[in-house]
Amino acid sequence: MTLNVSLEHYLILSAILFSLGLYGVITRRNAIMVLMGIELILNAANINFVAFSKYTAGNIDGQMASIFVIILAACEAAIALAIVLNIYKQFNTVNVDEIASLKD
Amino acid sequence: MLSLLTLADFIFYSFALIVILSACVVVFSKNILYSAFALLFTFFGVAGLYVLLSADFLAITQLLIYVGGILVLILFGVMLTNNVISVDIKSDAIQTLPASIIVAILAGTLCGLMYSTDWLPAKINISNNISTASEIGKAFITTWLLPFEIASVVLLVALIGAVMIARKK
Repeated sequence: MTLNVSLEHYLILSAILFSLGLYGVITRRNAIMVLMGIELILNAANINFVAFSKYTAGNIDGQMASIFVIILAACEAAIALAIVLNIYKQFNTVNVDEIASLKD
Repeated sequence: MLSLLTLADFIFYSFALIVILSACVVVFSKNILYSAFALLFTFFGVAGLYVLLSADFLAITQLLIYVGGILVLILFGVMLTNNVISVDIKSDAIQTLPASIIVAILAGTLCGLMYSTDWLPAKINISNNISTASEIGKAFITTWLLPFEIASVVLLVALIGAVMIARKK
């Protein structure tokens, strides 16, 4: 692998971004921080889609897939924030390790 | 080797540096607000990478939806779920040692795989000169029509669902 940018550079960048997002999801206690980790993971997947679309497939199918990923990420963020707000009203905390009961 | 680097390579490395560094701030910062603002730079860096990958429409979409929508939502979530006056907006980390071991193994495996695989080169190259917006528009109403319609239904359901969940009883 040379220093000139090729497909592998994008893939390794997105692998690093994915790992950072996963670390955030595993270690943070705040539910909103977990959401941010998920956004990092989705962005890493999107970089892969677009990089393959340019370097391997040679068409725009990968870009289409990542547009749908962005759409679903927007839905996910809205729903997840609504759930987090409800959890905060119910438990007065958003730390995921303290929210252990399904009913009062 | 360094003399062979083109301008595109330098742009890639600077955007990659922005993305990785700000993602590190997002993950390792103790203050949630710092994390949320570092996420802004991550999204901007990823949008820059999209431009470099000749996906201009996707870069604009990234800026509009991620920076304009999701990031604002997350900031609202931070503001609404933290008692700003009394409780500090800090968030500590748990189980850091097992997490770092697992993530390090996973990252090593992924990078090794990405590096060692012989990826098929493109048969047809996307032209770097034309905008992808018109092609994406055509693809939306031909090949991708069904996913497009389903996505509109999903967005409607998510809109109604979020309002139903979050409204006051």
